[in-house]
Amino acid sequence: MIERTPVLNILTHFILAVGFILLFLPLWIAFVAATHTIQAVNSAPVELWPGNQLWVNMQEAWVKSDFGQKFVNTLIVAVAVVIGKITIAAITAFGIVFFNHRLRMVIFWLIFITLMLPLEVRIVPTYAVAANALLPFQKLMDWTGLTWLIESASGIRVAMEWNLLNSYTGLILPLIATATGTFLYRQFFLTIPDELVEAAKMDGSGPLRFLWDILIPLSRTNIAALATIMFVYAWNQYLWPLLVITDRANYGLVVVELRTLVPDSLTTGGGTPTWHLAMAATLMIMIPPILVVIFMQRWFVRGLINTDK
Amino acid sequence: MADISIRSVRKAYGKDEVVHGVDLDIYDGEFIVILGPSGCGKSTLLRMIAGLEEITAGEVAIAGQVVNQMEPRERGCAMVFQNYALYPHMTVAENIGYALKVAGMAKAERIARVTQVATSVGLDGMLDRKPGQLSGGQRQRVAMARAIIREPRVFLFDEPLSNLDAKLRVQMRHEIRRIHNRIAATSVFVTHDQHEGMTLADRMVIMNKGTIEQVGTPEEVYDHPATTYVAGFIGSPAMNFLPGRISTAGRAVVLEGGARLDISAAAALGHDGLLVQVGLRPEQIAIAAPGQSGLPVRFDFAEELGSGRLYHFLHEDLPVTVHSDEKRRFAPGEPATLTVPPVAVHLFDAQTTQSLTAAAALAEARARVNA
Repeated sequence: MIERTPVLNILTHFILAVGFILLFLPLWIAFVAATHTIQAVNSAPVELWPGNQLWVNMQEAWVKSDFGQKFVNTLIVAVAVVIGKITIAAITAFGIVFFNHRLRMVIFWLIFITLMLPLEVRIVPTYAVAANALLPFQKLMDWTGLTWLIESASGIRVAMEWNLLNSYTGLILPLIATATGTFLYRQFFLTIPDELVEAAKMDGSGPLRFLWDILIPLSRTNIAALATIMFVYAWNQYLWPLLVITDRANYGLVVVELRTLVPDSLTTGGGTPTWHLAMAATLMIMIPPILVVIFMQRWFVRGLINTDK
Repeated sequence: MADISIRSVRKAYGKDEVVHGVDLDIYDGEFIVILGPSGCGKSTLLRMIAGLEEITAGEVAIAGQVVNQMEPRERGCAMVFQNYALYPHMTVAENIGYALKVAGMAKAERIARVTQVATSVGLDGMLDRKPGQLSGGQRQRVAMARAIIREPRVFLFDEPLSNLDAKLRVQMRHEIRRIHNRIAATSVFVTHDQHEGMTLADRMVIMNKGTIEQVGTPEEVYDHPATTYVAGFIGSPAMNFLPGRISTAGRAVVLEGGARLDISAAAALGHDGLLVQVGLRPEQIAIAAPGQSGLPVRFDFAEELGSGRLYHFLHEDLPVTVHSDEKRRFAPGEPATLTVPPVAVHLFDAQTTQSLTAAAALAEARARVNA
């Protein structure tokens, strides 16, 4: 419904403006803080216009936190999460929607339930598994008596261990194992007309070929949306990397590293808070997700304009 | 050689049986139209031939080979779908050539074949377009080309013309017939439109509620419908039905209200006193002056067709439609008499709905053709 009355126009624009300011002001203050010297940032009243120290602050923050390696790490993790997530989501949704097997609904509901258990809720067991990814299998063997059997037969006690702490795998895998992408794909796959599936069958295309030749190209906009969401999600991860990565020099991620720049009694030892560095680092960290969103947005629009259907 | 033989084929979804034991022989190179209302199981039958639907019981054989357990691609069938089912992200050329690509044909050869087939259905210059940029008729052509390029033994059409407007439908109908004449592959065409059925078919199969009512050439089905269902379904405007009782002695059928219609001797024989439905085709009824021997009626209203006129009469409050080239004026309620030649009176057993006349007449007609 489109209303056209001057009063409503003014009111809606006013609400829009308030919302914009609420969202934009913190970003602006962060930007302004990043452009001033430590003295200017810490003097009252708060500076509202940018200074000329941005480049200097950014350089100092970069060197101080050794961001080079950490940016590369974060990029590796984010990209791997995006690719892994898209792949797994597409395949599981494909299996749920296009194959009529007995366990279909069971699997569907199992995946559905995981939606209610985000990583933060099951962080302790997930950590236990990450510490030894083979632990569930070891337990299974212990319970079934297989370990005992092998030990009494060969004298060797089976103790499997695969430690994922302090590794890219440990950072990436738990972030991939979520159900959101699967649902996005499922909803899209359900809109594919049966006739299209049957036409592909008549053309002699097997299931995997159908997935690759027809479903994946048709879900381009879906992939773009999911990639954007997952990239930002993975990039902003804080709690999980904080837990699994103790070797921060090699595997540290930028968002976690930011903590060391945020001034508190630990980092400054009671000295003047270094907000200018923290804000400069924040700005740098924000850039990649923003670029991804801007770039992917074009894809959304293209997908919407191209009346493929 | 690709004849199709269907032996007591059944299809059930759970306990719900939708096709109840169908037997049908389709000869090589024949154009068969399966005609019936929606929900009669015609599409299901077609899809069982294609391999898109499992066969619950019975047997389908193509070229002498039982295909029940075969994948669709192994059966050598190509199908044209109702909504065309074109791949929206592929160009016309990619759509047409997809089956060949899956089959692993080299790109150069594939492009040559696609170009050739596209030209043959009138799609030159559109090979780089996406289906979204095509009109309904052009999409239909792409769907046809996609089927033709595979050089299938059997063509299957699942109501392919129902999404086109009336004019285009006629045009595409002609084209489908031309393509069939050129390629001479066995074709099975499913539709609910009797005009498509009558005009396209070598033989038609009339289905109702999961069983076959009649199989025959369009002419046979029109002239000698085997059941009241077929009689009412084929022909436009639809056949008139009036209840009556056979009188062998008088060689007539006596309608409710006492009016008599002469019938042929063969039809009357041995059915004395049988309750029947009398079927009269609107085209075969003549309008005579009131008072003559025939069916007394009263005029209700008329519809102008341009080439002729549809007169709607009432006989004992039952509607009787007459299609006549004569342009006459009637006042509402004006009496008239309708006359029908004895051979044009179709008689159906009121209980079994089977025709009393069709079997004998058909045998006679076929004997005449063979002689």
